[in-house]
Amino acid sequence: MAKVASNLSKQAGALLNWFDDRLPVSAFWNNVMTGYMAPKNFNFWYYMGSLALLVLVIQIFSGILLAMHYKPSAAEAFASVEYIMRDVNWGWLIRYMHTTGASFFFILIYLHMFRSLLYGSHKAPRELLWVFGMFIYVALMAEAFLGYILPWGQMSYWGAQVIINLFGAIPKIGEPLTQWIRGDFFISDATLNRFFALHVIAVPLALLGLVLLHLVALRENGSNNPDGIEIKKNKDADGKPLDGIPFHPYYTVKDIFGVGMFLIVFSFILFLWPEANGLFLEHDNFIPANPLVTPEHIKPVWYFTPFYAILKAVPDKLMGVLLMGASVGILFFLPWLDRSPVKSIRYKGTWYKVLLTLFTIAFVRLGLLGMAEGTPAQTWEMRVWTLVYFMFFVLLFFMSPGGKTKPEPDRVTH
Amino acid sequence: MKKLAITLLFSVFLLPLSSVTVIAAGGAGVEHSGANINDTASLQRGAKWYANYCLGCHSLSYMRYNRMAEDLDLTEDMVMENLVFSDAKFAETMDIAMQPEQAMAWFGKTPPDLSLIGRSRGADWLYSYLRGFYRDENGAWNNTMLPNASMPHVLWQVQGIQTPVYRQETDASGFTHEVIDHFELTTPGIQSPAEFEETARDIAAFLDYTGEPAKLKRKGVGVWVILFLAFFTFIAYLLKAEYWRDVH
Amino acid sequence: MSSDDVNKGRRRFLVATTTVVGGVGVGFAAVPFIKSWMPSARAQAIGVPVEVNVQKLKEGQLLKVQWRGQTIGVLRRTDEMVTGLSKVDDFLADPESQNAEQPEYINGEPRALNPEFLVVNMHCTHLGCVPQMIPQVGPQPFDANWNGGFYCPCHKSKFDLSGRVFKGVPAPTNLRIPPYSFLDDDTLIIGVSPKGAV
Repeated sequence: MAKVASNLSKQAGALLNWFDDRLPVSAFWNNVMTGYMAPKNFNFWYYMGSLALLVLVIQIFSGILLAMHYKPSAAEAFASVEYIMRDVNWGWLIRYMHTTGASFFFILIYLHMFRSLLYGSHKAPRELLWVFGMFIYVALMAEAFLGYILPWGQMSYWGAQVIINLFGAIPKIGEPLTQWIRGDFFISDATLNRFFALHVIAVPLALLGLVLLHLVALRENGSNNPDGIEIKKNKDADGKPLDGIPFHPYYTVKDIFGVGMFLIVFSFILFLWPEANGLFLEHDNFIPANPLVTPEHIKPVWYFTPFYAILKAVPDKLMGVLLMGASVGILFFLPWLDRSPVKSIRYKGTWYKVLLTLFTIAFVRLGLLGMAEGTPAQTWEMRVWTLVYFMFFVLLFFMSPGGKTKPEPDRVTH
Repeated sequence: MKKLAITLLFSVFLLPLSSVTVIAAGGAGVEHSGANINDTASLQRGAKWYANYCLGCHSLSYMRYNRMAEDLDLTEDMVMENLVFSDAKFAETMDIAMQPEQAMAWFGKTPPDLSLIGRSRGADWLYSYLRGFYRDENGAWNNTMLPNASMPHVLWQVQGIQTPVYRQETDASGFTHEVIDHFELTTPGIQSPAEFEETARDIAAFLDYTGEPAKLKRKGVGVWVILFLAFFTFIAYLLKAEYWRDVH
Repeated sequence: MSSDDVNKGRRRFLVATTTVVGGVGVGFAAVPFIKSWMPSARAQAIGVPVEVNVQKLKEGQLLKVQWRGQTIGVLRRTDEMVTGLSKVDDFLADPESQNAEQPEYINGEPRALNPEFLVVNMHCTHLGCVPQMIPQVGPQPFDANWNGGFYCPCHKSKFDLSGRVFKGVPAPTNLRIPPYSFLDDDTLIIGVSPKGAV
């Protein structure tokens, strides 16, 4: 038995050598896995990145399968989705994977971004890492918006109507621009067909490229950690960081555990609660698109509602669109707005904890208000939280250089 | 620090859900139906009511007879004899013979396909709608859930005729409205009120089922998937714990 | 990170267990994806049995119908056609239809429930073209001793009037016979075997 096993492993080694002479398999593995030293003090927040990558894979696989049965035409789209839900073997499972995956993608990305606000992962030398991440986030929003039109239900139709008309706010070119986007004078078959092409080919390709850049930029300086201090500052005699551990096996086994935990939550939603009470799958979207009847209450899916609330808070169309754009755009500049000498919230002092708490409450409240019917009182509340949202960045810029800090430790706390 | 994280997590996950629940439950007069799609006998009765009273006008064009037979424990002969009144074949969808032009002439609008009504409206709404028909002062049919609905009360012989009793109500701005307080059954039907509740519940359950036939299966599959994942995660935890003994 | 107290056996066991359980999970997850390629309920609905009324079919006439997207031929054979079948036995690759794809209740030379009616899947067993029926007896460009039968224009395969393949042609087996049965004397149903037969 042992002899057979040792023979087998010898042969496997020979095969690996054969490949290594032609393709740097071992060198690559060593570079990104076993030789990649990661800080040993990662906590809960550090699962989100690898889980987002997992969801990307789920979306690609389920999306390819859906595209095999879906018909991107105004006449057939709605029926083809129901065909998937009823007639295709296990079609319902594949579709729910995709719909649940879409919402979980945003949950994970929001938590991933929040982690950066907690521990200053966007600060030097990781500014580009953050910027690439922001491009991924924007591409993901585009992907979600384009995909949402495909079921061709009432919310698909009227949601797209509202969002595309936002471009109409631009002076002079607005109206021709919306026609160019739609390929028609209203949302039609032409719009659906091009959105399908963008959703299944163009944006996913861009996403994959951006994810690759994000990972290369991560590898260059290594991960930040909850203490926000560089582990490369303390090295042993061999030049290895004292507080670093090889990504493989330590973080691979940890992430496998994370994947298990995540998939339990994911499956719970997918199998037992896929509509999530109208949050992940909206009730009105089970009514076929009807250009003659507008649903009573149009709102985007939950992951867009914070920005939608900022739009609704402004009484002027162009200003609203600009402010909504600014609310996403300002995040790109976070690495240069945060001028604090320390990275992590642990050593930043109370002022930052207060700012971040207010910012988070503002974001969540805006998200909730974006879904609500929109009473005058709610409009005023949206304005208050919009102000808080932007004030976070302004105050961060002015308070961070001189804000009180605690001394950072030399080594990570574990 | 930990407390902050936990509080924020809670606010991120829980607040949106609770607020949306409020919105979803905001519809006036929706009663709890108790419709249960796992009650096969109820679904069978609902299918029979639907085929006899609704399928003349409202198609279920995404629902196949053979799929329904399989899910509802019915044989092909039972379905073809009791539920199919057109020349449809067993594997075909539940379409109607009525042409859209005829429908326009008779009702002023085309009766919608109800395949997905259970998903867009929900079983409780359907239950309330079916019980919400009444005859107003002008002798016309109306409905509490869908005022001025163009659909007549198809089940009136079953339920009987109910007429509203009004009361005065003053709203927040000081205006007084007449609102329906309750109904009086002026002409009894074939069924007693309790029996008709059961009928409305059966039809609502049936439409809940046709909205998403996979619902019957997916919960069962889901439980096994989650159990399997729990087992996997347990082993993965042991593996993680074993390796992380190295890290001090 | 001292390696002295590392329990290597436990590690190896846990790595193996996680790999196996994870592999089983991936295997389970693959099943729905693979099965989603199988014919859907709609495809199966279109593939339901087809009824054919043969009353109006003249002697020697071939009627083509679609069943599961396949061309099924229903040929009403004359008595001469049926009795003439045995003439070509020596030139056939499988006169007894031992290697043919056909229901168990189909046997003998006529390969039919009722010798008068041949019900046959018209697609050539070579590469799926539909052969032409050439019922005339007499020399043909492709066969000097033609006794009537089916000739595939794609790759020159020849079959007799029972769909049996000749020797020396690319088609490997006789034409397939689909399951079918008679509802009454004039109506046959393709896709349903006679009651009690498999």
